Amino acid sequence: MTLKLNMDGNKMFKMTLERQLNKSGLEFQLNGFNEISLKDDLEDSQIEELKSLLSSYGIEIIVEKNLKIHLIKKAIKEMLTMVDFNTIKISKYLSKKLNYKYTDLANIFAEYSFCTIENYIILQKVELVKKMILQNDQTLTEISFILNYSSIAHLSSQFKKITGLSPTVFKRIVQRRLELKL
Amino acid sequence: METTINVMLADDDEEDRILFREAFKEIKIKTNVVTVNDGVELMEYLETHTSHLPHIIFLDLNMPKKNGIECLNDIRSSEKLKHLSVAIYSGSSSEKDIEETLVQGANVYIKKPNDFPSLKKVLNIVIKIKLQYQLNGLNKDNFILSI
Repeated sequence: MTLKLNMDGNKMFKMTLERQLNKSGLEFQLNGFNEISLKDDLEDSQIEELKSLLSSYGIEIIVEKNLKIHLIKKAIKEMLTMVDFNTIKISKYLSKKLNYKYTDLANIFAEYSFCTIENYIILQKVELVKKMILQNDQTLTEISFILNYSSIAHLSSQFKKITGLSPTVFKRIVQRRLELKL
Repeated sequence: METTINVMLADDDEEDRILFREAFKEIKIKTNVVTVNDGVELMEYLETHTSHLPHIIFLDLNMPKKNGIECLNDIRSSEKLKHLSVAIYSGSSSEKDIEETLVQGANVYIKKPNDFPSLKKVLNIVIKIKLQYQLNGLNKDNFILSI
């Protein structure tokens, strides 16, 4: 028998959050979908406790310092799905999108994520290449076109520089692992 | 909050253990390093410290009693341990050895550097990439690196 299900993710999220916050005995108020106000300020250790409590339900607390990083990453992800992102100048795009000076954004990002924005973008692109290679429905030529590489050679050399492997060897390794059921 | 990566190292060579420890001390990302002398000790440690397992394990390929590949196989066939990231290092840089080791389930294959600055550089890259997977929720199955 198969049952079709439908769920209200919002309601689930809200109820889980309320239940957990009540359990921890904090006085709080929900502000819209992704924000809560607490009556009292929390110590760092209390925030950590709350973090680990909520993380088991897949709820993440975004600490203020990391919020900007979170927004930068989100903006980059969006950028990578744009058709002509190669023509976009990253510094211009990010500073406009986040309304902040690029040098400041770049410094905050590097300090808290141990990676420059430029490197982060390359890593994200290579991860996308991996994902697409494994989905198996596009050739490398098509992938390099979709991800705005100037040629397969460019894609392969960036892939090799980051992973130490050629795209073909990478694919073979994953396929052989599957055969071994690893 | 500061990010700390828990690192474990299994190597029968005392000098290598010391060099690794020193190298980890000097890289920017904070690490917590535990070392053991061979594969048997490693597996004992992992089985008894299930509540604070390392984020990444560095394994020497050639160790007495239990070598790196044997440890890797044990780790990958254990429900409790199979999610751990494993980096194997060896003197060999043959493409066949690299591919075979990665196929067995290693995340990282390290051609062991001959000098301290290169060791530091290599470990720094491995930890950095590991951290990116951790911080950005990337697909851990695709964490495959040869360096």
